Amino acid sequence: MIVTSGLTLFSIGLGAAAILGVASKLLYVKEDPRIGLIEDNLPGANCGGCGFPGCSGAAAAIVLGKAPASVCIVADAETSIRVAGIMGQEVIEREPELAIRDCAGGSRAADTFHYEGALDCRAAHQLYGGSKSCPEGCLGLGTCARSCPFDAIQMGLDGLPIIDPEACKACGNCVDACPRGVIGVSGMSARLLHLNQNTDCLAPCRQKCPAQINIPKYIEQIKAGDYDGAVMTIKDRNPLLVTCGRVCPRPCETECRRQFVDETVGINMLKRFVADRELHSGSRLTIPCAKDTGRKVAIIGGGPAGLSCAYFLRRLGHHPTIFDAMPKLGGQVRYGIPEYRLPKADLDWEIKGILDLGVKARVNTKFGVDFTIETLKADGFETIFIGIGAWQASGMYAEGEDLDGVMGGIEFLTAHALGQRPEVGKKVIVVGGGNTAIDAARTCVRLGAETTLMYRRTKAEMPADLEEIIGAEDEGVIFKLLAAPARVVGDENGRATHLEYYEMELGEPDASGRRSPVKKEGSETMMAADLIIPAIGQKPDLACLYEDGDEGSCPLETTRWQTIVADENTFETAIPGVFTAGDVYTGPDLVISAIGDGRKAARSMHYSMMHGDVPISETTQKTMIPYTLFKEIDAMERKERAVMPHLCHGDERVCTFNEVEGAVSENQALAESERCLRCGLICYDTDSAAEARHFGNTTK
Amino acid sequence: MQEFFVLFIGAMFVNNIVLAQYLGNCPFIGTSKESGVAVGMGGAVVFVAVMAAAITWLVQRHVLVPFELGYLQTLVFILVIASLVQFVEMFLKKMVPPLYKSLGIFLPLITTNCAVMGIALICQREEFGLMKTVMFAFASGLGFMIALVLLAGIRERLAVRRLPIAMRGTPIGLVMAGLMSLAFFAFKGMI
Repeated sequence: MIVTSGLTLFSIGLGAAAILGVASKLLYVKEDPRIGLIEDNLPGANCGGCGFPGCSGAAAAIVLGKAPASVCIVADAETSIRVAGIMGQEVIEREPELAIRDCAGGSRAADTFHYEGALDCRAAHQLYGGSKSCPEGCLGLGTCARSCPFDAIQMGLDGLPIIDPEACKACGNCVDACPRGVIGVSGMSARLLHLNQNTDCLAPCRQKCPAQINIPKYIEQIKAGDYDGAVMTIKDRNPLLVTCGRVCPRPCETECRRQFVDETVGINMLKRFVADRELHSGSRLTIPCAKDTGRKVAIIGGGPAGLSCAYFLRRLGHHPTIFDAMPKLGGQVRYGIPEYRLPKADLDWEIKGILDLGVKARVNTKFGVDFTIETLKADGFETIFIGIGAWQASGMYAEGEDLDGVMGGIEFLTAHALGQRPEVGKKVIVVGGGNTAIDAARTCVRLGAETTLMYRRTKAEMPADLEEIIGAEDEGVIFKLLAAPARVVGDENGRATHLEYYEMELGEPDASGRRSPVKKEGSETMMAADLIIPAIGQKPDLACLYEDGDEGSCPLETTRWQTIVADENTFETAIPGVFTAGDVYTGPDLVISAIGDGRKAARSMHYSMMHGDVPISETTQKTMIPYTLFKEIDAMERKERAVMPHLCHGDERVCTFNEVEGAVSENQALAESERCLRCGLICYDTDSAAEARHFGNTTK
Repeated sequence: MQEFFVLFIGAMFVNNIVLAQYLGNCPFIGTSKESGVAVGMGGAVVFVAVMAAAITWLVQRHVLVPFELGYLQTLVFILVIASLVQFVEMFLKKMVPPLYKSLGIFLPLITTNCAVMGIALICQREEFGLMKTVMFAFASGLGFMIALVLLAGIRERLAVRRLPIAMRGTPIGLVMAGLMSLAFFAFKGMI
């Protein structure tokens, strides 16, 4: 029986083996030997970060040509090269990426209810969206840390994940694990292309800044002594920080929560501090640019919008060429802002930094004369950016304003910046209350004229920056308030000698909420003047767009303010591939707005060249987020705001064009950065939170 | 016809291969962590169980019975099923790549699956005909699949719940399997 059993089993086994042996010959599937070789070279983490099922899946995809040799996110460059060697390909370099946590809340954020469920963010999120009072911030239960296959995430003591940039491979597991989108994986290009989203951790200053600079981040970096890091943070959004550090009217500071304790944080003085530090360090920080795409882009107008657009396109790997009608780049920043506010040498240094990235510039080349949109397209420029600014001074609508001795504010400043030494005579009247009017008045003071600034409302209604108004007063500009020009009186040679004006009084508030000035009848008075400078507004000069000078038709739609019409999200004009931003699109606005819109236009141009269409998100932040705006905050220790020092005084100040305002010292900057409340959407550092941070906590 | 229907329902629910007969517990616990995997595994079991039951029926009827080797049934079935699974894997890889892609990685796991073995043995014990054998194997495989997918659904939810550390993972899986088994006993009254 044993023999029978043994024989039976042996023969069945033999039969099965024979069948399998034959079958393996017949049914042999030729597997590419390279799959095995490549799999041996891959790290074997099976993390799925590449999007294929495990390393063998990735290896098969590489062999099939569905994935590049560098598909593995865990492997280092050497592995990619080895894999590429097996495939006989060239390695396409992948932009380095990192996981980034965008939430400042953590344990600072209050709980709305006591949560006792599973210690998992996804589970917590399902219960009324989590217990935190902030609808977007980190829930702090550490699901991301557990999801990380590389142990790159640790939960910090303040309830926020800390990402180790050395260990992070940007596999994106944490992004999938986080139910609230607190963690994102991004590289430089994605960072430059990102627009503020309502779901981001946006402190009020960050919402307000037209350029969307990550203000809390750079203040944190200054606090930590990482000044270079702060410069790089700003340069991710604003290439003209030396300029903005001097001339920005700081919309961000109007939203600073610190103002409900004492005074706003001096955000711009901190920007100027780090910007000047780089400026005077004698070397430049290296600005990384993405891999060359070989695409040519034309930028018409080298003002802040054009420079910003060119800078971001260059960093995204494209090749912009700036065309400018003036002898030097900078636009209104160069020709509209006087030397004493922004030294030209500093501006030159800053613009050179942008050009050194590989941006080409052709100056003294006038749009509409030397080239047109058609010739640019014929020259191989794939997209075109129009940022020609607003250079035409508005008239006073007063009789005699075309007499000699009347010169628009922007014309006057441009002539002066070009070194043409405009004749000012002994007495000058500047009409207007904006920054251009003040700049013109303070320039005239420095040229030795007795200067009167005429404005139809009172000082409180002046749109100019307060520092500028105070500066003008200090320098001896005479303010003639509540007065509006009636007509310009000239002599027999057609030269203006007097300005006749009405006295005004404030009446009912108008649509803009300001009390509108009303003429006092019979109050006409004459005032002698050698030069009258109306500086009451500017508008774009669109003559260059018209096909046959002024009379021809304009290929672009324009508004009654002479601005170009474009899509408000993509900045694309009616002509496909032609984009716009800056004053020519918005009408006269801030430098920082032009820079911000220049970046947004660059983003659209990048997407339209690389992907064909521009993605528009519904959650893009456009207005201030209502629930983040407070009228009061918890009691805080009061800390005094730093004061910007003046570099020159007395005669030096009113007789030369030396720079007036200086930068704060390092100690002042550090003290100022300590005043920042590190706001998130709704959380901020109260005294106790700041203290807790001080004692034994190790964020960052 | 009614006979077949009763057999079908009976195999699927009343005498569920895993919840009532406690066969195939290792894959039942091992592959029930995610419902996607559970569906794949369940599909593979249905497929192999039908093939194995049919082949073993032929072996029993044409080899073991004529040569009076019934006492070698278990050994021979193991041998046959193992070879069969290997053969099926090769066959699918060559001939039906899409099916191989969805079932491929589970096939080697089933080589030693006692549920498949059990189904084949039950068919012989009950002395079913070939048609009934195939039917029974298919229904039992489906029953395994249902139990597996249900447990996977439960365990997916459990994964994010707060549990004592000692109970996390397999222990709570076993408890759940036990409770499911109790629940399935309710089907006993059906036939």
